[in-house]
Amino acid sequence: MSNGKKKLNHIKNSKGDRLFLFIVYAAVTLVVLMCAYPLYLTIIASISDPYDVYSGKVNFLPSGFSVESYKLVFTNSAIWRGYRNSIFYTVVGTIFNLLLTIPSAYALSKKRMYGRNLFMTLFLITMYFGGGMIPHYLLFKNMGLIDTPWILIINGGVSVYHVIVTRTYFQNNIPETLYEAARIDGASELRCFFKLVLPLSAPIIAVITLYCAVGHWSSYFSALIYTHNQELQPLQLVLRNILILNESAYTDALQTGDAELIADASRQAYQALTMKYALVFISSAPMLAIYPFVQKHFVKGVMVGSLKG
Amino acid sequence: MRKEKKNNSAPGPIVRGSGRYIRKRLRESWQWYLLLLPAFLYILIFQYGPMYGILMAFQNYRPSKGVMGSPWVGFDNFIRFFNYPYFWKMIRNTLSITLLSLATFPCAIIFALFLNELTNLKFKKVAQMVSYMPHFLSEVVVVSLVMLMLDLSNGPINNLIDAMGGERMYFMGEPGAFAPIYVLSGLWQNLGWGTILYISALSAVPSEQIEAARIDGASRFQVMWHVNLPTILPTIMITLLMRMGRIMSLGYTKILLMENDLVADVSNVISTYTYKVGILGGQYSYSTAIGLFNNVINIILLLAFNRLSKKLTEISLF
Repeated sequence: MSNGKKKLNHIKNSKGDRLFLFIVYAAVTLVVLMCAYPLYLTIIASISDPYDVYSGKVNFLPSGFSVESYKLVFTNSAIWRGYRNSIFYTVVGTIFNLLLTIPSAYALSKKRMYGRNLFMTLFLITMYFGGGMIPHYLLFKNMGLIDTPWILIINGGVSVYHVIVTRTYFQNNIPETLYEAARIDGASELRCFFKLVLPLSAPIIAVITLYCAVGHWSSYFSALIYTHNQELQPLQLVLRNILILNESAYTDALQTGDAELIADASRQAYQALTMKYALVFISSAPMLAIYPFVQKHFVKGVMVGSLKG
Repeated sequence: MRKEKKNNSAPGPIVRGSGRYIRKRLRESWQWYLLLLPAFLYILIFQYGPMYGILMAFQNYRPSKGVMGSPWVGFDNFIRFFNYPYFWKMIRNTLSITLLSLATFPCAIIFALFLNELTNLKFKKVAQMVSYMPHFLSEVVVVSLVMLMLDLSNGPINNLIDAMGGERMYFMGEPGAFAPIYVLSGLWQNLGWGTILYISALSAVPSEQIEAARIDGASRFQVMWHVNLPTILPTIMITLLMRMGRIMSLGYTKILLMENDLVADVSNVISTYTYKVGILGGQYSYSTAIGLFNNVINIILLLAFNRLSKKLTEISLF
């Protein structure tokens, strides 16, 4: 493949080719700049002087320097609590996802499993048809899960899409001859799964882990409908209150006597804006720091082709 | 019964479907069943369990009486929804947002084809990494970024408009801007991510074929258009089909974050209405009926498009 690509580049580019390549590079560069700009702005605005940001002077370059926004953000106990809760939901929830997804995907990859098509169909139906919001809510309510941290871990435990992607990986990447060799050695199917398949599946496990972790970290809606207790709020719900509903982010700072951080009342208005930028940054940083490590495996985490098979 | 038993113990070829065959297959499969069991139970309880609650759509559900004891009302809840004065407006809002987002469908394909043309592999890798980035932001953060970027007095977009001599505009309160903001922010978030599928399909293009075309004098654009694009056509069709099956289900969690009183006229869609009357309003039966109506329309559309695609292109989801 790479050999062929290299050879290709030896064929001389015509004038038209050079124009085409110019357009391609220009378009891709434009997309890259547009993807990066809001994040770039977030970072420079969060460390710029609040008044300069407030008056619209910070567009391309930082202006002044101030880390007060970060200091103020961290005086807010709701943000700390949300951060802690979100880490808990993400770690435990992702482990729960993996324990359900990986073994079942392996079982469904086995063509010899009796009733495989029936199980597959039962799984697939739930991708397109479900009870809907209220029946789900009432089921959780009857099980006594509303307003407990467990609901945010259990909800969305099995994504059929992830099961299919993982199953396809097992089918395409672990040669049948390996199983045969293990069987001749007298290994049981369970042993095969734990000792043979899992060690060979690091790429797909990494991808599914990332997908699930991002899902847990980013979701606000299940917390909104299934929990009312403020103590259980994940970070995203705290963010929604401050960033979208414009709740004041420094009630705690005022109460705990850190008020000297805020010079005067009028300063609050523009400090609130840079605090928003700081919040966007600190809430997004964990996921943005992780994904480049898994990037080379992303291609394995997509489903190409039809659902059956 | 006895006869069957006798058959089973008799030596000879194992007949598919016979008791002996089934027992042999079960003996072979039990360890796989063990691995499947947790997920299977989960699906049974948390996916099929709530389907029982769909009966509520045909009842006047009373929490104190449960699904068994609540009075049946037939299709009253559906009729009430169809007669709701804003019914058609909600359908129109739903469709106009989804059709607009469907119009952005080719963007990821073009971007993937372009990424594939990049000869500088380092630049290609950076371009991919940066364009995947927005996908890892939460909806809350994306909507906040949109609000910050479009802010009336200090957002960069309005600063730019101001610098060019235009009039600053409060975009978030502009009904005409609601659908474009929803769709374009979604495009921003998922353009790079959406290319992964196509890039994976593009890696299946045989390099000999490209080489042969190039030697025969085909330009780079012609190779992209006549070799690369046809190769990923099946993938495009499948993606399009899956998209069609969700035409009525918008990302309502994002709409709930974006909406405000000024744009209520265009932001009310079926899925947010389900949430508002059900969870906020406590009208369980009515909300379930609306959800069911929406789900059934989605399935009908999916099956119809699947069938159409099967006929026209021989590509189908199932």
